[in-house]
Amino acid sequence: MINTPSAAMRSNGSNTDEILRVENLQVHFPVTKGIVFQKQVASVKAVDGVSFTLRRGETLGLVGESGCGKSTTGLAVIHMLAATGGRILFEGDDITTFDKSQVKAFRRRVQMVYQDPYGSLNPRMTVADIIGEPLEVHGQDKDNAKYRARISELLDLVGLAPYMADRYPHEFSGGQRQRIGIARALALEPSLIVCDEPVSALDVSIQAQVVNVFMGLQRRLGLTFIFIAHDLAVVRHISDRIAVMYLGRIVEIATRDELYKNPLHPYTIALLSAVPVADVEAESKRARVIVKGEVPSALNPPSGCRFHPRCPMAMDKCKTEMPALVDQGGGRVVACHLHA
Amino acid sequence: MSAPILQVKNLTTRFRTERGMVTAVDQVSFDVAPGETLAIVGESGSGKSVTALSILRLIPDPPGKIESGEILFDGQDLLKMSDAKIRSIRGNSIAMIFQEPMSSMNPALTVGMQIAEPINLHRRTPWNKALEMARGLLGKVQIPDPASRVTAYPHQFSGGMRQRGMIAMALACEPKLIIADEPTTALDVTVQAQILDLLKDLASNSNTALILITHDLGVVARYADRVAVMYGGRIIETAPARELYANPKHPYTRGLMASVPRIDGDTSRPLIPIEGQPPDLASLPDGCAFMPRCKQATEQCRTTKPSLRQVSEFHFKACLIDD
Repeated sequence: MINTPSAAMRSNGSNTDEILRVENLQVHFPVTKGIVFQKQVASVKAVDGVSFTLRRGETLGLVGESGCGKSTTGLAVIHMLAATGGRILFEGDDITTFDKSQVKAFRRRVQMVYQDPYGSLNPRMTVADIIGEPLEVHGQDKDNAKYRARISELLDLVGLAPYMADRYPHEFSGGQRQRIGIARALALEPSLIVCDEPVSALDVSIQAQVVNVFMGLQRRLGLTFIFIAHDLAVVRHISDRIAVMYLGRIVEIATRDELYKNPLHPYTIALLSAVPVADVEAESKRARVIVKGEVPSALNPPSGCRFHPRCPMAMDKCKTEMPALVDQGGGRVVACHLHA
Repeated sequence: MSAPILQVKNLTTRFRTERGMVTAVDQVSFDVAPGETLAIVGESGSGKSVTALSILRLIPDPPGKIESGEILFDGQDLLKMSDAKIRSIRGNSIAMIFQEPMSSMNPALTVGMQIAEPINLHRRTPWNKALEMARGLLGKVQIPDPASRVTAYPHQFSGGMRQRGMIAMALACEPKLIIADEPTTALDVTVQAQILDLLKDLASNSNTALILITHDLGVVARYADRVAVMYGGRIIETAPARELYANPKHPYTRGLMASVPRIDGDTSRPLIPIEGQPPDLASLPDGCAFMPRCKQATEQCRTTKPSLRQVSEFHFKACLIDD
C-alpha cells in the first residue's frame, strides 16, 4: 500500500493559502558495485513516500531520529537533491520538473539555514560579503548604496549591529554566526525557509536567543518555516504543526498541542516518552515507554510497518502490510494499523 | 548518607594557551557517596569535562596542569600518587565512559578483547577466563547474542551498542566510581533513554558512585540525585536535584531553566534567553564570571569573586545577591 497524498491533503482543510504540497516524495540513493562497469545493486530509500502540506506563515516541525530522512526531505524541498519520485508543488508549480532558469528563480523564493554555524560560513569572506552573496548572484550591484543599506538592514533584523559587517566569521560566537546564516537566508526575501537543525550546535543558553530570532522574524515578515530538528522540546516551542518521521516515512502529523498532549502513533509515544523533562517533580510522575533496539538500516528496511520490530503494540498485520496515512480528524494523520 | 568515596577539594586546573594561562577549573570542590549519582552540568567551556579528566589525571601536560587541590578517593590523594599507582586505579576502581564511543574504542581489536583487557591487566585473570567474563558483561549490558558479539569489531556495532560496550568495559573491574562524560550526546533520544536507564540501574545495583557530566537539564532531572552547576570553571550552585529544580537560587541556574523549552507544560510561555555569550576563559572578569550577563548584578559583583555559601541544608550557591 502506497500512502495516499489525499490523506495529507484532506487534513489541511482550505487550500487557498497553501505554499507547499509534497506528494509521495521519494529520494532513493543508488548503491553500486564495481569500478569500471558499475551496476546498481540496491538503493537506500532515504525518503520513501512522504506527503505533507504547508500553509503560508506556518512552521512545520519535522522530527525524527538520525537516518529518518528529515534532512533529505528538506534538501529535496529546496531542490538541492533530486527527487526520484513524487511531486513537490511550490505555489502550485512542480519543482521536480523545473529547468535551470526556473530553478534559479525558485532559489530566490526558498532558502536554507544550516546546522553547523562554523562550517556553513566561508572563513575568508567578510560578513557583508557572506550576506550579500545571494544579492550579487541574483544580479544586484555591489557598489550600490542600496546594497550596503540592505546588508545593514539584514544584520539589524537578526539582532546584530551594522558595524559588524566588515568582520570575519571567526570573530563571532556560535550564536552570532547562526544569526549571520539567518541573515544570508533572508537576503532575497524568500517566502519559505528550510532550517536544518539550526540550534542543535549551540549552547543551551544561546539556543533560546536564536529560537526567539526565528519566531520574531516569522511574526514580522510572515515567513513560512520547515524546522528540522531532533530536539522535541525546541520543535514544540517553535512549530504550529509537527510531522514525525521514521525510516523514510511520515508516521504522524498533528498540530503541536495535539501531538504532545495525545500522541497516537506508538513511535511518537515512545519518542516523546524518551525525552526527559527538565523538572524533577514532573519527570518523576511521567509514564515511560521504552522501545527496544535502534533504528534499522534504510538499505534494508523491515517489511510492513517499518516500526514493527521495535513496536510494543505490533500485531501480525504490521509485519506484512504497510499502514497508510489515515486522517483522524482535527488536522491529524497517522500511519498505524491501530488507527486505520 | 554514607561517607563519600570521592572528595574533590579546591581543584584548580590551568592550561597554557596562545592567549596566556587559562584557568579551566577554578577552586572546585565536591564529593560523591557510594550509590549516589552526581550530575555536573554546564555549557561548553564551563570546565565540566576538565574536572572529570583531572580526577583521573588525564590532563595532557603540557599544555595543561593541575595546579592545586586534593582529590581524595577512598581516603587517598590521587594527585600525590605515582604514575604506576594511578594506572592501577584507572579502569579498575575508577572507570570512565566517554562521549564518542567510536573514537574511544580501538578499531583493530575485538570488542571482547577490549572489555577483557582491564580484567586481564588489573586482576591478572588469564585471557581465556577474561574473555569469558567479557561475554557475561556484554549480556549484562543487554547486547543481544553476546557469545558471537564478543568477537565482533567496533565498526560492526551500532552507536548504541558501542556505548553499551563502553559501559561493559567500565564495569569490567567492578569500579567504585564511574565517570560518564556526556555518554549519550552522540545518540538518538530513544537510545539515550535505554543507555542511561541501563547505566543508572547497574550503578545503583552495585552501589557504585556515578558522576554524570552533561549539558542536558532533562537528563539531570531524570537521573541525578545531586547536581553541581558549573560556569566559567567554577561550581556556582549545588543542591539535591529535586531542590535545585524546585528552588534554583543562582541567577545563571534560574536563567538556564527559563531558557530551556520543555516538552510538557505551557506552550505560550516565551523562552527567556540569557543574553550575551558564555565567558571567555582567557579573559574572565575580576568578579563573578556571570556578572556581564546577570540582570541582578551589583557593583560588588564586578570586583568580588563569590564563593559557595549555604542557602539551605544541602543547597549552596556562589552568588553575592541575597533573595
